[in-house]
Amino acid sequence: MFQVRIHGRGGQGVVTAAEMLSIAAFEEGRHAQAFPSFGSERTGAPVVAFCRIADKEIRLREPIMEPDALIIQDPTLLHQVDVFAGLKRDGYVLINTSKSFEELGLGDFLKDWHADRLCTVAATELARKHIGRPMPNVPLLGGFAAVSQILKLESVHKAINDKFAGKVAEGNVAAATEAYAIVRREMEEAVHA
Amino acid sequence: MLKQCEGSHAVAEAVALCRPEVICAYPISPQTHIVEGLGEMVKSGELKNCEFINVESEFAAMSVAIGSSATGARTYTATASQGLLFMAEAVYNASGLGLPIVMTVANRAIGAPINIWNDHTDALSQRDSGWLQLFAETNQEALDLHIQAFRLAEELSLPVMVCMDGFILTHAYERVDVPTQEQVDAYLPPYEPRQVLDPKEPVSIGAMVGPEAFMEVRYLAHAKQMQALERIPAYAAEFKAVFGRDSGGLCHTYHADDADTIIVAMGSVLGTIKDVVDEMRAAGHKVGVLGITLFRPFPIHDVREALHRAKRVVVLEKSLAVGLGGIVATNVRMALSALPIDVYTVVAGLGGRPITMRSLHALFRKAEKDDLDPVTFLDLNRAVVDKQLAREKATRRSGPIAENLLRDVGVVAAKIA
Amino acid sequence: MSFQPVKFYQTGTFTVGNRLLAPEERSVQSSPRRFNSLNSGHRACQGCGEALGARYAIDAAMEAAHGQLIAANATGCLEVFSTPYPETSWQIPWVHSLFGNAAAVATGVAAALKVKGRKEVRVVAQGGDGGTTDIGFGCLSGMFERNDDVLYICYDNGGYMNTGVQRSSATPPAARTATTMAVGDEPGNPFGQGKFVPAIAMAHDIPYVATATVADLRDLEAKVGRAMEIHGARYIHILVPCPLGWGTASNETIKMARLAKETGIFPVFAAENGVVTEVLKIRHRLPVEEYLKPQKRYAHLFGKQPRVDVIARLQALADRNIKKYGLLDGGAN
Repeated sequence: MFQVRIHGRGGQGVVTAAEMLSIAAFEEGRHAQAFPSFGSERTGAPVVAFCRIADKEIRLREPIMEPDALIIQDPTLLHQVDVFAGLKRDGYVLINTSKSFEELGLGDFLKDWHADRLCTVAATELARKHIGRPMPNVPLLGGFAAVSQILKLESVHKAINDKFAGKVAEGNVAAATEAYAIVRREMEEAVHA
Repeated sequence: MLKQCEGSHAVAEAVALCRPEVICAYPISPQTHIVEGLGEMVKSGELKNCEFINVESEFAAMSVAIGSSATGARTYTATASQGLLFMAEAVYNASGLGLPIVMTVANRAIGAPINIWNDHTDALSQRDSGWLQLFAETNQEALDLHIQAFRLAEELSLPVMVCMDGFILTHAYERVDVPTQEQVDAYLPPYEPRQVLDPKEPVSIGAMVGPEAFMEVRYLAHAKQMQALERIPAYAAEFKAVFGRDSGGLCHTYHADDADTIIVAMGSVLGTIKDVVDEMRAAGHKVGVLGITLFRPFPIHDVREALHRAKRVVVLEKSLAVGLGGIVATNVRMALSALPIDVYTVVAGLGGRPITMRSLHALFRKAEKDDLDPVTFLDLNRAVVDKQLAREKATRRSGPIAENLLRDVGVVAAKIA
Repeated sequence: MSFQPVKFYQTGTFTVGNRLLAPEERSVQSSPRRFNSLNSGHRACQGCGEALGARYAIDAAMEAAHGQLIAANATGCLEVFSTPYPETSWQIPWVHSLFGNAAAVATGVAAALKVKGRKEVRVVAQGGDGGTTDIGFGCLSGMFERNDDVLYICYDNGGYMNTGVQRSSATPPAARTATTMAVGDEPGNPFGQGKFVPAIAMAHDIPYVATATVADLRDLEAKVGRAMEIHGARYIHILVPCPLGWGTASNETIKMARLAKETGIFPVFAAENGVVTEVLKIRHRLPVEEYLKPQKRYAHLFGKQPRVDVIARLQALADRNIKKYGLLDGGAN
């Protein structure tokens, strides 16, 4: 079972991201479970959503305490919420930012980590570029597919088209695709570094 | 057809397939997505021949349902927690009048203190109201149970409550198999009422009954509910024949045949329990599970049958009988009367407190050693509790309990779970 | 022979309502083929205003609906005396659910009929003042707000009579009830409380609101008939004196209702979409004492030291009604 934990703030589409991950996995014939850590609706408050992916029925219902992957949609959470709690050794980390890990103050924390498991992508900027809104969740899914290789990019596309329609869907597909390419490049550079 | 969707959406689709004629509901977390989904289907024309009414309270919701059902229309509503209590008078009225209303209860804790998260106290507060009560373990089962519920309700002329864990099931995306209209039509015939308001044949419904006949009327309500113990397995078997899967039934066991320790539970927590049991079995522990699907009428015979060979039983319940201990546990004990089996009550998950594999591993191991108190509150923060008790001992004006505890527990937003 | 026009006042259904009128103008009750929706044999008190009002109102509704009517009833006197186990005096489909939900149950009945395409079947909800103005108020407002196709009839006898004469929000000021006893400085129900639901109904802008009394039964029938011509939320509020609760003689029920109207204590009018369209004028105005004196629930106002101050306040309320609704010839506000 592969467990993803997504951190962000209310209004950034964290819950939708987890749902879309589960749809992408479904499209590949796998079992997936997505759910938020529930709270009253409140824009701006820290939000966590979870997604489990497996090849058989998922019965477990607890929050993801030991994620295999983290997606951090808002770097301002980094020193506010214990986002890394329980992260598996050499788990995947994808952060929405144009800064580097060192610039974010995470250099020491992740210094012994596999470099090709740690990626950043400026997802908010990609979203602004492709759909005209600073909604980083979908581009991050493209980036996640790239860094984890757990899902195919085309499955992410299917999930996007399931949730959105028309121009918004097209833009999101483009954003996810670009994010995917950016992260792939980052990983190759990390391996060769 | 296989779909990846939210539990609420799956239930809305299932209800729509059952050809409801009147849907009346009042919004309350976490049932809102179910009713919103149905409302949209009616308004768009996707769900035809259905009146959708936005009522002004849950009391009105159940009352409208009573009027509608008494007039021969297949009627549905949904609620949770505070809403269920607000309609409590009408809940008893509906079952007393013998009206086959189906209602989803998206299980949620009851305040004060106000809490929107999952536990079973709401549904269980109405356990003696005369409604049948079914508890779904997964979103697939939630979907399936609604279809079975209409069939059961209309056959017995009794209302049925389908319970599914609020948020944990209602707001979780998972894979479900949504049946076709043909399949549902083959399973669920049109509603044929036993009594109906119709000028063609006037009847008076809802007369006062005095001491001369009240005992008999109530006995019949009990006897009718007991018929469900036979009907439900039959309907589940028929369901399997039409839809191709096991769903519903009275209760089901998991690795219980040779188990020394059996854990009893209801709802979605059974999934987590089964994962723990798998790991413990792999390590040689003889543990098993009994999942109760039908809570009312309580399947005493089947529960006894499943548990009587165990050395001990742990009832893990998301409910609390304040002043006594467990609600489900008390019912289980009745099924095991005169048997020399220890029954441990574990109150867990109240108000949405996560129930983790780690905690369950520790709990079950303690149970195996008979190292459990008769009543345990799982993962209780003893320090916070003791602090409040000391506070109350020290001063009369000790302040509101909830606020005191929250202050001690600290900022919640920074936590994962 | 000279021709002299003679004014007929209604003095009872056996004269003006019956053979002296053209058949189509006769009272529904004058027909041997009347529905008898609330049949004889019920257990109402002698002289019960509610039984009289219900019989007229429901038969009129049945007439208008060509016999296609379903009634939802709140808990209360009418429900209790009309269905003494194991009998029922209702000849029509009838449902009693709870005290506070008659309006909502009726909404449900109407919804079911609509979805089943039974356009010809109409729905009536009925309750006493307690079940309507107090505990049933939320459901009533909800039904009004949604404009559900229900005619709600409130039988107002000014208190919870079936349970022993307790005060409701329809109990008039100064009236004695079991929970507003005639003791202390302000004996009886306090002034400055209470609500007049017909005005609240009008504020919902529903298609039809009317008040009526059992002293003008033809007027009541006509109002029910008019209401039944309309689809949507409708409300009729009928003053029905209760000999037991009011402490009046059982053969004076109709007279008491007439006095309530003629003093201006109870305004009789109709309104459509929030605007008053007709008023039943006071024929011979009387001071409120004439209305209060025969009632034991006001006896404490007429002791050795009559409470002229209280009576004056009650008179002021009557004067206000007269002015507000234009109850005397000379127009309304």
